[in-house]
Amino acid sequence: MLSTSSKRRTAKQPRAARASTKGDTRAAFLFLSPWIIGFLVFTLWPVGYSAYLSLTDYDVLNNPNFVGLDNYRQMLSDPKVSLALGNTIFYTVFSVPIHIIAALALALLLNRAGRAAGFFRTAFYLPNMTPPVAVGVMVLLLLNGQNGLVNSVLGWFGIQGPDWTTDPNWVKPGLILMSLLTLGGSIIIFLAALRAVPEELEESAKLDGANAWQRTLRIKLPMISGTIFFLTIVNTIAAFQSFTEAYTAFFGSGSSTYGNDAALFYGIYLFQQAFTFLHMGYASALAWLLFVVVLLVTLIQVRLSRRFVYYESAQP
Amino acid sequence: MTIKADNPTPPSVPQPKAATSPTPGQPEIRRKTSTPRKVSTGRKTATIATWLALGVVTVAFIYPLIWLISASFKPRSEVFDNRLIPATFAPENYVTVWQDAPIALWLGNTVLVTVLAAVTVTISSAMVAWGFAYYNFRGKNLLFGLVLGTMMLPGAVTMIPTFLIWNGLGMVGTLTPLWANNLFGSAFYIFLLRQFFLSLPRDLFEAAKLDGANNWKLFTHIALPLCRPALAVAFIFEFQASWTDLMRPLIYLRDESTFTIPRGLKAVLDQYGFGGNWHWETIVTASVITTIPMIVLFFIGQRHFVAGIATTGSKG
Repeated sequence: MLSTSSKRRTAKQPRAARASTKGDTRAAFLFLSPWIIGFLVFTLWPVGYSAYLSLTDYDVLNNPNFVGLDNYRQMLSDPKVSLALGNTIFYTVFSVPIHIIAALALALLLNRAGRAAGFFRTAFYLPNMTPPVAVGVMVLLLLNGQNGLVNSVLGWFGIQGPDWTTDPNWVKPGLILMSLLTLGGSIIIFLAALRAVPEELEESAKLDGANAWQRTLRIKLPMISGTIFFLTIVNTIAAFQSFTEAYTAFFGSGSSTYGNDAALFYGIYLFQQAFTFLHMGYASALAWLLFVVVLLVTLIQVRLSRRFVYYESAQP
Repeated sequence: MTIKADNPTPPSVPQPKAATSPTPGQPEIRRKTSTPRKVSTGRKTATIATWLALGVVTVAFIYPLIWLISASFKPRSEVFDNRLIPATFAPENYVTVWQDAPIALWLGNTVLVTVLAAVTVTISSAMVAWGFAYYNFRGKNLLFGLVLGTMMLPGAVTMIPTFLIWNGLGMVGTLTPLWANNLFGSAFYIFLLRQFFLSLPRDLFEAAKLDGANNWKLFTHIALPLCRPALAVAFIFEFQASWTDLMRPLIYLRDESTFTIPRGLKAVLDQYGFGGNWHWETIVTASVITTIPMIVLFFIGQRHFVAGIATTGSKG
């Protein structure tokens, strides 16, 4: 526990040194106290209480009524759960790889853009600032089946665009397409990682006669595989919880309540159960299923990463 | 991914270099001095091609925003005409939406929540980060692991009990639940700021200590001023996150007069879209009003966004 400097002091004035270590711990905990309080009140207790609620019927107005595993049993037979889970997995399975590959490709391009890289980086990040609600509105506008911008552009090439917002088969692809607007963050992270690849590696490969494509595939990609892995995990977790864009575009209540089964993501169904129908117990059980699914997927990804990811520091 | 097959490559890459370097630096030097001209013409065309490709992508990224802004100045019948410059200029959309919806009130609420959220999370996270960065105490790594662990927990798990806490305190319907959690720090910013604090030379603080500075002074007078850029990153990120949040306003706000601007935009969409006769010009205009402050924020804090996001990735 003692740092070298305080050790030196121990020899001369042991009492002062001991006091300073104790003082250190006390000071540290004073600084940590906001987080500790927040953790206890807004994380630890909620996690425990949520686990308990998942075993009850609870509508906020009446006391929780213990029902054992009923909620979990109900989940198995609830067609909306499998629908929502299916939608969410579909969205995740397609949007994450597309996101990673597109961001990586653009970062590789940016990495060769020289002086202009800064400008393009800014331009790519700008749409990230669009509030997800506004992106939801843009889903309805730009992907409008008759005269939305996307279908108009497709029309230039003689392609008859689909009814993105009404055809159940095209709702999720439309949402995935719009989610590409938020590539900017990943592009910046990839670009930073690419710039950290030591130039000697590329230079020596060049001397060895490796062409640009080989250098990318065999040097740059392995060197940034840690970043690819990190972004894959982060984006997967986010995709499983996606809510706002789809909710804005396809769910809500005006004069009439509306919804769209094709866009019913798990987060939306959970939200509806909790706060529209006040099925707080059932919603808590749904939350725990989500937690388990996300955890499993993350663990699988971590396992796979051991085979695919190259960490420089791990090499002898 | 093909990374697996290439995995053995990086360690072996230095070898060719080792093979060339014993033969004195001549070939390398000649390369550097004699070829630049040839390379530069080839490189120039390559760079221009890169710029062109990036330019096309930039248009795809930026045009939706320009489309939105342009559409907000079009009359109802022309919203979907996909013209860049409105055929009929209709600035009255802004007057209409301002009169029909309490936009000013919503903007005021949002500014209040956003500033409180960003200020509190920056200060509290900095305190906690400092506690982790500067002091040594038993269980520090475990505790910090716990901080990072909370980032993995899906928000859905704690969402319902957290709602019950605010409900118990009688604060559902007020703006408080939208920001007060930030008093207790946030894992992501704690991580970010800790990285920054760790990069500060320790001698600086030891010297100040000898001059009689106490723990609090070390933090407020030396650490905080030095880490202004990182504080700006935390502030700006949270400002954006808070401004664009829809889920919490959906959960906690009931009365239209308490809405934030994203919640208000959703209400406008429900009222003028699904529940009304699709007054797109009003919806588009409200979307632009929601988005513009974020665009402004981006141009003010551009540098910090890029720096902050690049740091995020280095964790991977």
